[in-house]
Amino acid sequence: MAPIEFTVNGRRQSVDVAPDTPLLWVLRDNLGLTGTKFGCGIAQCGSCTVHIDGAPTRSCVIGISTVAGKRVTTIEGLSRDRSHPVQRAWIAEDVPQCGYCQSGQIMAAVALLETTPNPTDADIDAAMTNICRCGTYQRIRTAIHRAAEGV
Amino acid sequence: MTAHVDVTRREFLQVASAAGATLVIGFTLPGCATPGAPAGPPLEPNAWLKIGTDESILVIVDRSEMGQGIATALPMLLAEELEADWSKIRIEFAPADPVYNHRLFGMQATGGSASIRAAWMPLRQAGAAAREVLIDAAAQTWEVDRAACRAENGAVIHSGGRRLTYGHLVATARTLPVPTEPPLKEPKDWKILGTRVPRLDTPPKVDGTAQFGIDVTVPGMLVAVVARCPVFGGKVASFDAAKAEAVPGVRHVVQISSGIAVVADGYWPAKTGRDALAVTWDEGPTAGISSASIGRLFAQRAARAGAVARNDGNADRALSGAASRLDAAYEAPFLAHATMEPMNCTAHVRPDGVDIWAPTQFQGAAHQVGAGIGGVPPEQVKVHTTYLGGGFGRRFELDFIQEALETSKAVGAPVKVVWSREDDTRHEFYRPASYHRLRAGLDGTGRPAAWTHRVVAPSIMARIFPDTVQNGLDGEAVEGAVEMPYGVPNVHVDYVLTDTGIPVGFWRSVNHSFNAFVVESFIDELAHAAGQDPYEYRRGLLGNAPRYRRVLELAATQAGWGSPLPAGVFRGIAVHKSFEAYVAQVAEVSVGSEGAVRVHRVVCAVDCGPVVNPDTVEAQMQSGIVYGLTAALYGEIGIDRGRVVQGNFHDYPMLRMAEMPRVEVHIVPSTDSQGGVGEPGTPPIAPAVCNAIFAATGKRIRKLPIGQVT
Repeated sequence: MAPIEFTVNGRRQSVDVAPDTPLLWVLRDNLGLTGTKFGCGIAQCGSCTVHIDGAPTRSCVIGISTVAGKRVTTIEGLSRDRSHPVQRAWIAEDVPQCGYCQSGQIMAAVALLETTPNPTDADIDAAMTNICRCGTYQRIRTAIHRAAEGV
Repeated sequence: MTAHVDVTRREFLQVASAAGATLVIGFTLPGCATPGAPAGPPLEPNAWLKIGTDESILVIVDRSEMGQGIATALPMLLAEELEADWSKIRIEFAPADPVYNHRLFGMQATGGSASIRAAWMPLRQAGAAAREVLIDAAAQTWEVDRAACRAENGAVIHSGGRRLTYGHLVATARTLPVPTEPPLKEPKDWKILGTRVPRLDTPPKVDGTAQFGIDVTVPGMLVAVVARCPVFGGKVASFDAAKAEAVPGVRHVVQISSGIAVVADGYWPAKTGRDALAVTWDEGPTAGISSASIGRLFAQRAARAGAVARNDGNADRALSGAASRLDAAYEAPFLAHATMEPMNCTAHVRPDGVDIWAPTQFQGAAHQVGAGIGGVPPEQVKVHTTYLGGGFGRRFELDFIQEALETSKAVGAPVKVVWSREDDTRHEFYRPASYHRLRAGLDGTGRPAAWTHRVVAPSIMARIFPDTVQNGLDGEAVEGAVEMPYGVPNVHVDYVLTDTGIPVGFWRSVNHSFNAFVVESFIDELAHAAGQDPYEYRRGLLGNAPRYRRVLELAATQAGWGSPLPAGVFRGIAVHKSFEAYVAQVAEVSVGSEGAVRVHRVVCAVDCGPVVNPDTVEAQMQSGIVYGLTAALYGEIGIDRGRVVQGNFHDYPMLRMAEMPRVEVHIVPSTDSQGGVGEPGTPPIAPAVCNAIFAATGKRIRKLPIGQVT
């Protein structure tokens, strides 16, 4: 197996794992970036959402070999100090409960706002398909609107 | 770290014995010393507080934070009486120790929506005791009358204008006795309790730094994925490890009591190895059962008389003399908890001790299991509680902890056991399935003269606390049915304990989850049979149940009960008490031409007595409603050949953003007895929605989940 090279949060990384290893487990087990969560393993829940070349992607079903040469952003790479507008909005609305899904929710919301800076409720419904078992959807919706309005 | 804790413990015990306190385990202080701050050890007036010379206030949180906000609420109780500067509060989760036993349960556990009720007095007293000793320290330092000193915002202030922050009083306070019966503040003087304090755990939950069990890493750690018999109660007959061992990264394949653990360098090789493993199972007797066979068993058992849980008047006689009678059967399925974080635990079993890192609701039992499997005395077992990625009762169980302990012991290394979503869905302790037979008799005016309710269901308590089941009666199985609050002169409630071979456990709101559905749907049937408005009918029967009536009226008023709705939208209402809190909900629902149910709005009224944090109460009502609505619309664990049919979120679906109703929460200002908030939001939503479906379509939903209404 040849090492696979890609970029995570601006840093070049090289890993030597089975090529079908999902990006999620490379992030968590090989690179120690545990902010990205495992929820279902079949791209259903979105807890593992990261950005690959800017696009929101469920990393639990992306084999690492397909990430070679690409740019990955995880929750750890969003800001150094929780200063990203989406993080600030999440804090202002006290969104998280158990918090397990929130890395994925935030990464999905960031991607939505990058393509749709002023989303309608329908836009949010369409883009925010991640599962939250604590039912924080109402606060997530409010926080996205808040981030869109400059927090 | 270990050595430091032990030193701190010894140091503290000297102070503690001088102060007359009980056993306390010490902790390292977080953060760095403030430049210029006095040096020296912190003040530890009791098991929950450590006040540093650097002004830091460390609160030891002795309940598990699984989303319900307890890691903020418990510090609020302490900080209020301590007159603390809230910005200095830091938290750490408690180790396993009897000093942290739940005051109502007598064990160190989190559940029953009872954390605040248990901590309400002792934690406020703990904060007040610290406040008093700090005032004593200031009075002694200044050589003034202590009556002229008061505590405020992290400092003691003398009427003459002098002021010392708590950090500067620590050294003196450490030499003084801690009062055992300190005075508590009057509610009118509260500054923190009752206010919307932001959660302390929000910042680490928006940047990925909050550590959940699955995030634990310790040096030399391996990761295990376990193959378990797909049939409940089955065992390993034989296995061939060759294909699993051939997977790069797999280090060990070992048999443990729950199955075969494949131990590897990471989750992916462990799972790949587990999936390659060849196991022959001895499936045992449960292999013959299915959802259909369980349904038939329940229906047969419903024909028998059960253990009597409530008997007012003579229901049979009143039924035979009634002007009209109703008779209905209701059913509710097994349900999985589906915490977002799948089950996991990390353990390190060594000859000299055991460490357990777990997202657990039950530290007390984890501690005992660690000692048992590790073969060491309990004092050599350390339980490190992480954040829980959801709990809902599932993490009260010990199966995942036992697996990590056994696997670590077998391979001689620290091991993190991680379950896949399919493992998590198929190896559960499910919300019991249940079957209910209801009968009622109405008099000539439509008022109920008789009400009977027979509950047929497995018993959770028979497995976990068998001594509480007496003469076939599990009081918990009929919770919410026994307390049926409506004014009916003749009531009979009984229970037919019926094991099915499927493991059952505590699931958010437990047996209230189905008994509320049944009671609040059937009373709606009575209202319809009486030709009366379902809200007014309930209200008229709640004359002796003022707290029920108050939330019912508040929800109806706020929802605009009786006012026009958009075309195609209909209302349903329900009220239920659970965990000492009273909750009423009005659901606004439409049913599409294909039978798809859409819930647009839920108005929720709650009376939980004195409120610690209204923002948390609102969040927990929203959360409980989503949990109950998900179950009502979709939730069903089916059994085929002794196996669970569903495996993941594609076939055990969850409510998502696009289906989320607008939820409005109204809190009753209340000085009545306190109730919980983590669970009581869940029970009323299923009947409120089903009653709205009846209003919309004339179809009565007597079997959950609702699915498509055709």
